[in-house]
Amino acid sequence: MFELFKNLGEWLVSGEQWTGPDGIAHRLAEHLQYSLLATLIAAAIGLPLGLLIGHTGKGAFLAINLASFGRALPTVGLVVLVFLASGLSMTPVYVALVALAVPAIVTNTYAGMTAVDPDVKDAARGQGMRGHQVLFRVELPLALPLIMTGLRLALIQVVATATIAAYVSFGGLGRYVFDGLAQRDLVQVLGGAVLVALVAVALDLALSGLQRLLFLPHSRLRSSGGTPTRTA
Amino acid sequence: MIQFDAVHKRFPNGTTAVHDLTLRMPEGGVTVLVGSSGCGKTTTLRMINRMVEPTSGTIRVGGKDVQQQDAAELRRSIGYVIQQSGLFPHRTVLDNIATVPLLLGWGRRKARTKAAELLETVGLPAETGRRYPHQLSGGQQQRVGVARALAADPPVLLMDEPFGAVDPVVRTQLQDELLRLQKELSKTIVFVTHDIDEAVRLGDRIAVFRTGGHLVQCAPPDELLARPADDFVADFLGAERGLKLLSLRTLADVPQGPAPAGGTWTLVLDEARRPLHWAADDTRIPVRPLKDTDSLLSALNESVASPTGLVARVDADGVLTGVSSRDDIHEHAGQAHTEARVAA
Repeated sequence: MFELFKNLGEWLVSGEQWTGPDGIAHRLAEHLQYSLLATLIAAAIGLPLGLLIGHTGKGAFLAINLASFGRALPTVGLVVLVFLASGLSMTPVYVALVALAVPAIVTNTYAGMTAVDPDVKDAARGQGMRGHQVLFRVELPLALPLIMTGLRLALIQVVATATIAAYVSFGGLGRYVFDGLAQRDLVQVLGGAVLVALVAVALDLALSGLQRLLFLPHSRLRSSGGTPTRTA
Repeated sequence: MIQFDAVHKRFPNGTTAVHDLTLRMPEGGVTVLVGSSGCGKTTTLRMINRMVEPTSGTIRVGGKDVQQQDAAELRRSIGYVIQQSGLFPHRTVLDNIATVPLLLGWGRRKARTKAAELLETVGLPAETGRRYPHQLSGGQQQRVGVARALAADPPVLLMDEPFGAVDPVVRTQLQDELLRLQKELSKTIVFVTHDIDEAVRLGDRIAVFRTGGHLVQCAPPDELLARPADDFVADFLGAERGLKLLSLRTLADVPQGPAPAGGTWTLVLDEARRPLHWAADDTRIPVRPLKDTDSLLSALNESVASPTGLVARVDADGVLTGVSSRDDIHEHAGQAHTEARVAA
């Protein structure tokens, strides 16, 4: 056991492991690229959807069902399915990652919107704000902490799951996991897994730090009551 | 002036909130809508700024049909105050007040200047402007709510149970402030409450609604108290409606004479001739001297509590001007009722 950790330590810090097209630096960059792009696409789909559902109050069942759908979705199965349909490309990976991230974003955005005090929305309309003004000047700023939580959750899940890119012969940190498994090289498998976990934790810390920085001065002023909804 | 003509409101679930309402709310006056919950008073108010759309009938504000106007623009021209203040928690007090001016495109500087002015108008210190709503007391929040409604100087002010959520002491203060403001500003105010005492205090006219959205009676407070249209209104006004009427009359006309000398009880004054208490041997009973502007009701109350049945009258500085007897006060109370029955 001790031997394994020693080898793992050496693997993680050795210079040659970090350079070259198969090096950690390159794999890390690929992994981040997949994760960020997938989360960005998911946000582009999930944010407007969550805001629309929250603002109009219509389609709430969609938001709730999306949460259970996201929880039940077999990611690897989806990758294989799209892979079979579309052939060798990054598309199956992005489809799977986006499908994973959208529910977290929609449900948290929706939860943030419904947590806004109805009296405040009524007053906003009563002062003469139009629909979009109520949305962007009142509802959105008040829902923002929960929206950010949703984005954070989505990104972490995507980072953890982006390993599957390697499953369909692409890069990212999953490369080590799948190659290591194929070569029965346990150190490499562990190294890949540890790196993925470290990236996920680091990103989560960075984002929560950013969130605190942005919202702490106001956090107590915001309408509370909504709790973040986890989808996985 | 606000004019309702045959206005009907049925909600999609089939309940009738307002039934065939025809009502005029005079310009520059306070019209109070009262009734128990579910009587349609709030719906009536909210139809004026189109927060609720009538099923049929027309509502005119200043002669113009509200249905013919853009809803958002209409609302910007009408002040709106709600019970839980509805302040924006993510904006400072100053920015909350500046809401409508900003929507009207005044520009940030002008809007903020106006907002700062209004803070003073509603009796809040200037430093309140930088605070956030949650840092204020309930009463202060309501003041900010009123300031926000007044920001663009709208001729009409809608107030939906604005003082319903504050304690009785603060409520009385806020009512006094509103009366003072109204004296200065002469807005056309529509005020919803379920508290008949508040209605009598604030209203130039009171419209009493019955469950099902029926307007039962609309009259000035003294007429309403003296001549309720039916048993429903009489019940709603309560068993003390005779006394409530007296709260609307002052004791200015009640005659006064010199304070008695040499009886069992003596009215003790301080060196500036301000009444201190009634004294007999070693007993002292506190006295609450009344000014001409105090109500007949408080005079009646004081005359009952006074050991001599006499009420000490003072001028604005609190200096004794004379005393009035229980009989004189009673007689005027009776006259007030007779006048109210005959008038209007």
